[in-house]
Amino acid sequence: MSAQFMQYLLTGLTVGAIYALLALGFSIIFNASHVINFAQGEFVMIGGMAAVSLTAAGLPYLLAVPLAIAAAALVGLALEKFAVEPARGASVVTLIIITIGASIFLRGLAMLVWDKNLHPLKPFTGDTPIAIGGATILPQSLWVLGVTLAIVLALSWFFGRTLLGKAMLATSHNRLAAELVGINVRMVLFLSFGLSAALGAIAGILIAPITLTSYDVGVMLGLKGFAAAILGGLGSGMGAVVGGLVLGIAETMSAGYLSSAYKDAIAFVIILAVLFFMPSGLFGKRGGERV
Amino acid sequence: MKTTQAKTSIKRSLAVLAASCALFTGQAVAQEPIKVGAFLSVTGGAAFLGDPENKTLELYVEKVNAAGGVLGRKLQLVSYDSAGDAEKARTFVKRLIEQDKVDLIVGGSTTGETMAVVPLVEAAQIPFISLAGAVVIIEPVKKWVFKTPHTDRMACEKVFVDMQARKLSKIALISGAGGFDKSMRAECLKVAAKHKIEVIADETYGAGDTDMTAQLTKIKNTAGVQAVLNPGFGQGPAIVTKNYRQIGIAFPLYQSHGVASKEFINLSGAAAEGVRLPAAALLIAESLPASDPQRSVVVNYKKDYEARFKSDVSTFGGHAYDGLMLAIEAVKKAGGTDKAKVRDALEGVRGYMGTAGVVNMSATDHMGLDLTAFRMLEGKGGNWTEVK
Repeated sequence: MSAQFMQYLLTGLTVGAIYALLALGFSIIFNASHVINFAQGEFVMIGGMAAVSLTAAGLPYLLAVPLAIAAAALVGLALEKFAVEPARGASVVTLIIITIGASIFLRGLAMLVWDKNLHPLKPFTGDTPIAIGGATILPQSLWVLGVTLAIVLALSWFFGRTLLGKAMLATSHNRLAAELVGINVRMVLFLSFGLSAALGAIAGILIAPITLTSYDVGVMLGLKGFAAAILGGLGSGMGAVVGGLVLGIAETMSAGYLSSAYKDAIAFVIILAVLFFMPSGLFGKRGGERV
Repeated sequence: MKTTQAKTSIKRSLAVLAASCALFTGQAVAQEPIKVGAFLSVTGGAAFLGDPENKTLELYVEKVNAAGGVLGRKLQLVSYDSAGDAEKARTFVKRLIEQDKVDLIVGGSTTGETMAVVPLVEAAQIPFISLAGAVVIIEPVKKWVFKTPHTDRMACEKVFVDMQARKLSKIALISGAGGFDKSMRAECLKVAAKHKIEVIADETYGAGDTDMTAQLTKIKNTAGVQAVLNPGFGQGPAIVTKNYRQIGIAFPLYQSHGVASKEFINLSGAAAEGVRLPAAALLIAESLPASDPQRSVVVNYKKDYEARFKSDVSTFGGHAYDGLMLAIEAVKKAGGTDKAKVRDALEGVRGYMGTAGVVNMSATDHMGLDLTAFRMLEGKGGNWTEVK
């Protein structure tokens, strides 16, 4: 029984860490612009697919991984420069629709540049499962958990200790005030797209050995990451991580103990219940406008 | 400058038009071509079906014509891309029947597209050979509708027969949320009792799920399970296979014909070792013994296809090959393109050896395949080998 519970927990943590990385990407852009970037899942796909084709071309991981992340970040920056910025006077809803369009465009482009097949990526450090308390976990899952933790720490340092990070945080609190004290809000927005694209790409590369990758892998992951961000409270880094882990563990626990057919439904019922009592999510900013 | 350009282009198109008229009437005087209509999902989500099917039809229409055609008449292929959309399929089939006036139709990559056009072909009384999988296409029997691929029910039965041979009777199912998965799961549940198989666990996973260890742990801890069957399609089965090995389940794992390809082994790596699945002979064409009656058909098709398109052959293209060859055989036997006669000839096909297996059509069976159409394969050393 406890071995079973342990297995569900380990699985839930791995899945949850992936959701958390996606949710963080959503939060960073939301903070800078109040836009929900629906192309976040596509960054995950670009990271994974680029890593696959670069390693297939013979590059070692140490070179392929940074290149793949850089490629995704460039796509993120280009998306901001050529699609979001020209529409900067437009309403938030318009901007969100632009990101939906961008996600469809990127998926189509990936289908042409790469192909429609699924691709495996070799695990970073072997394929032999590690036994923990009667349950097993893949070495790659430890990578996912470890890197997620490292990213969370790095981000909290970035937002708490660096000038640029503080500027981004200030923009999220009050855009006009931030502009008045001399923060280049446009630059903040520009960089936020690059940063969240890089985060998405890291997630995509980490999970590709576990889940395989293909041109449309971002669709479902993007939705789940979005749900995690909402659950944790949009814009909150802590919320993104907690939201992701809660969603992942809720899914695997309900698949294990209740019914696998309804596991997604159960996860979403939990989200609805939380939002019913805490409309801005677990860690969201309170006192916002109520609709 | 512009006007002269326009004039020359008009002149040119007039010349082309005149030439094609001459060509057309010339042909009409000599011998009217046999018009084969097709509607396939060449693009869109089901492109992995429609693309090889379309290529196969083009390749073999060309080959047959180069060899002198059928009954001294050339074949003419009229093909439309229905992109996996049932509504488009209806539109194109209407066009095939009313405008293009084709003699017969080979097509319908997906079950949805096929079922959408069944009323049209029945009303127009035109022979139609579908390339889609589900049992509903031929059950109940529809007068003008035939199909070439095996059904998911046959795949279930093939697996169950193999399980019985290995004395495995209590099994667990794990399947995805897609159409293929759901349909095959339902068929397996239907025929399980017939083969004395008891399904004691029935788990599912979602479309984009990245981890199935929770479901598999539950199966592992269900008392009495002796084997697991994963009716599935896409990336799900590869992840199931990997997770299966990860949590160290000892009993046999069966996959479905939905992932019967070399790609599945590439995706699941070492975890595919020992996995069994039912598949068409095409997958192991070269390793079939010389005495195998199907060998020459599948090896030749594989060679032709791979030489021309420089890509791996798929069973789906094989379905189109079978469809076209059955149509040609029926036209030959009917001595022309009279629709009723061609239909009767199709229903009368016996002992035709195709890429899917031996076809024995009858008034009650418009597919004509039996369980020998499937081979039971096992993953061994990074490749598929036939289980004897």
